[in-house]
Amino acid sequence: MNYTPHTNNDEAAMLAALGLKSVEELMDAQIPEELRLKGGLPLPEGKSEMEVERQMRGIAAQNVKFDHIYRGAGAYYHYIPATVRHIATNTSLISAYTPYQPEISQGILQATFEYQTMMCMLTGLDASNASVYDGATAAAEACKLALDKKRRQILVSEAIKPENKKVIETYLYQMNVDLQYIPVKEGKTDIEALKGMLSEQTAGVYVEQLNYYGIIEDMKAVGDLTAPLKALFIAGINPIAAAILPSAAECGADIAVGEAQPLGLSLSFGGPYLGFMTAKMEHIRKLPGRIIGETVDKNGKRCFVLTLQAREQHIKREKASSSICSNQANCAILASVYLATVGADGLKQIATQCCSKAHYLASKLSKLSGWSIKYGADFFMEFVTESENPEGLLEFLQTKGILGGLQLSDKEILWCVTEMASKDDLDTLVSLIEKYGKGGSK
Amino acid sequence: MIDLLFELSKKGSNKFSMPELDVPEVSVSAKRGTELDLPELPEVEVMRHYTALARRVHGVEDGPYPLGSCTMKYNPKVNEMTASLEGFTGIHPLQPADTVKGCTEVLKLTHSALCAVLGMDAVSFQPAAGAHGEMTSLLVMHKYLQSIGQTQRTKIIVPDSSHGTNPASAVAAGFEVVTIPSYPNGMVDMDALKAAVGDDTAAMMLTNPNTLGIFDKQIAEMSKVVHASGGLMYYDGANLNAIMGWARPGDMGFDIVHVNLHKTFSTPHGGGGPGSGPIACKKFLQAYLPYTELDYRQGVDAEKSIGKVKAFHGNFAVIVKALTYILALGAEGLKDASGKAVLNANYLFRQIASLYGEEYRHCMHEFVVSASKAGDEYGVHALDIAKAMLDEGIHPPTIYFPLIVKEAMMFEPTETESKESIDSLAETMAKIFSVAASDPDALHAAPLNAYIGRPDEVKAAKEMKVRYN
Repeated sequence: MNYTPHTNNDEAAMLAALGLKSVEELMDAQIPEELRLKGGLPLPEGKSEMEVERQMRGIAAQNVKFDHIYRGAGAYYHYIPATVRHIATNTSLISAYTPYQPEISQGILQATFEYQTMMCMLTGLDASNASVYDGATAAAEACKLALDKKRRQILVSEAIKPENKKVIETYLYQMNVDLQYIPVKEGKTDIEALKGMLSEQTAGVYVEQLNYYGIIEDMKAVGDLTAPLKALFIAGINPIAAAILPSAAECGADIAVGEAQPLGLSLSFGGPYLGFMTAKMEHIRKLPGRIIGETVDKNGKRCFVLTLQAREQHIKREKASSSICSNQANCAILASVYLATVGADGLKQIATQCCSKAHYLASKLSKLSGWSIKYGADFFMEFVTESENPEGLLEFLQTKGILGGLQLSDKEILWCVTEMASKDDLDTLVSLIEKYGKGGSK
Repeated sequence: MIDLLFELSKKGSNKFSMPELDVPEVSVSAKRGTELDLPELPEVEVMRHYTALARRVHGVEDGPYPLGSCTMKYNPKVNEMTASLEGFTGIHPLQPADTVKGCTEVLKLTHSALCAVLGMDAVSFQPAAGAHGEMTSLLVMHKYLQSIGQTQRTKIIVPDSSHGTNPASAVAAGFEVVTIPSYPNGMVDMDALKAAVGDDTAAMMLTNPNTLGIFDKQIAEMSKVVHASGGLMYYDGANLNAIMGWARPGDMGFDIVHVNLHKTFSTPHGGGGPGSGPIACKKFLQAYLPYTELDYRQGVDAEKSIGKVKAFHGNFAVIVKALTYILALGAEGLKDASGKAVLNANYLFRQIASLYGEEYRHCMHEFVVSASKAGDEYGVHALDIAKAMLDEGIHPPTIYFPLIVKEAMMFEPTETESKESIDSLAETMAKIFSVAASDPDALHAAPLNAYIGRPDEVKAAKEMKVRYN
């Protein structure tokens, strides 16, 4: 298969116009002899579309796709409305470049402006960028944003997702930053400990709502501690839970970031996902990446453009606030389609269903002999259990087409329940677990 | 003008529903104070809205897209199809290894294809875009230099013609930037390079062909100079579409590279993303690559690794699309794609060089012309010419980049434009230049047929209205 449209005659005519006989001649005139690749690429020959499709289907079939997923830990199995799936195939939206030519990019610019607005609505903050790579890089960029010449300390809750920790550590390791973890007490960020760690040197404090163990953090208490010291409170929020939990702004957050994959993006083995970043207006010039702004055209008509580009790498080069160029623009548009489709009521319903169903499963599991819920604190849609031999259980569930929770230790499992699970599904899960406990798997 | 979702919103019109809650409702004690105020629309209005918005976007299938350095080639449909297979979209990133053999196979195959094309030994798929790949590579180099006790190497050399992401990424990785001059044709000033290198040089960042579309023949010598000083060579893969199957960064002396799958390997740009910017390196650097639990490559070293730069395994679905493309084209197809990309660029350049008062000269997959003669003669600028192209249904070239060329216009037609398309593009350019000569104000007024006239960007930056309220 090949996607070049040239016929042999076209090629000959084009070469003739250049006074050449072959493409080789054109290449050889420019690439020094000793650097030319001899003997061709050591790769298989090309294939027909039909063969490629067959091969890729075969590869996909080597994966086990679970119909029942009770694992979250940063990637969430939610319903994706048909509108989102449909817009995802729109060729103009998907194939266009960054909207540097606003006159022929109004569709993408306006859709992104709407996305920014909806992320502000979710977080209660004033300004949003047009997206970054994912929730982990959003958290890392936010930590960097908080730094200034004097304040070089970043406090991060020990209860954030491990993937996010790793990315924050990588982003900060060359930045001359004093990165410290706030201890966890019974599954929650230890607010008392935070009080003792905060100082005039603290640039930012990062806490996730919901935390890794699924627990609802006391975000307001964090905001109350950071505000008097003028340390930035960076809230890492779950966009679905945000529909019913106190907003980031209500908790006193200066910046709210997170992973918006739950808003209509498929699991796809971890990407592409969507990092969102919102902030109080006073921080807008420090936000990394693209921002869309409203203006008028020369006829006074409302329109949208990339704005505040003086922060960005293509203008500022080494003085830019971040090197990000390509972002997750199409994912941002899909998240907007998701929010416009489900609406506020729909999002609240989805959040309530996740929360209610997770509690239903937790309560059933807590009644099984040898099982307990690890933490007493309020949780949302994820929770940790303790039981014997989780490894064997998870393998057993796999044989039944169920992806169970994530094993955290030799006794702990982190479960996640979303709106995708019906009561029957959950009852089946519990009875399978019970059966396994009684040796019924053998 | 299209109304915003918020202006279209009507209370009670959204009829989206969820299944009845079939377990007891649990509400949390901490509750949102302010009501969530998302727009309310019926499904048909949501679809009409996005359909209307999509019509106001110029995509690759809407017409030519010779946007230099962006490689806006056609995105084959089969790529989208394979990436949307449930066997990929439905896979959780934290599934057990024995249930993700297909995903690992995708990474393995793409890994070996990229190594073959680049002349490198190991790949990391975590970086989500080109600039992310740059930053990641710089951190890899930093870790390596640290491990061999070369902590005094704090400087990254970039030519003044480089992409803005290069210096920005260097700073993001904690380095200082040293900018060296290029000759007017974009070739690096060797004397300046020799003067710049020293025992504080960490690396040089370079793209070849350079940002003017010229293959820098001094590359082997440059690598020698930088290596002799103890520094490393970094290849910005933005221009890889010029050389697949013809030359390899690994053979030019580069130690580490990033690739833009959304440029060279035909995955869509998504209106700005998602892209995918895997990095590839020589064996001596592989232990420092981003850590992965997956076994698609050897040499992962948790102790030496820089850690992670993105959650999970990168923009996986984009990698599926790129692999589909690689399998379809194969060794000869990839070489042919680069060959035709270079042929198309030369064929276009040959036809339009004289409009700009320039001599045609060989170029690789793109070329840069200066509109400054047109400015002197007719008082029209690169921006005016670009805006006039919008009226003709053509996406303009990249303008005012690279910075070393005054009034730069950078054309990259890519290999998926036909001869007819390029002929017609050249005719359109001739037409625009004749209007420039006869009625320059018509160009100043352009575009007239686009969805909007030229926007007031100063007002946007001043008022900072970045959300509806």
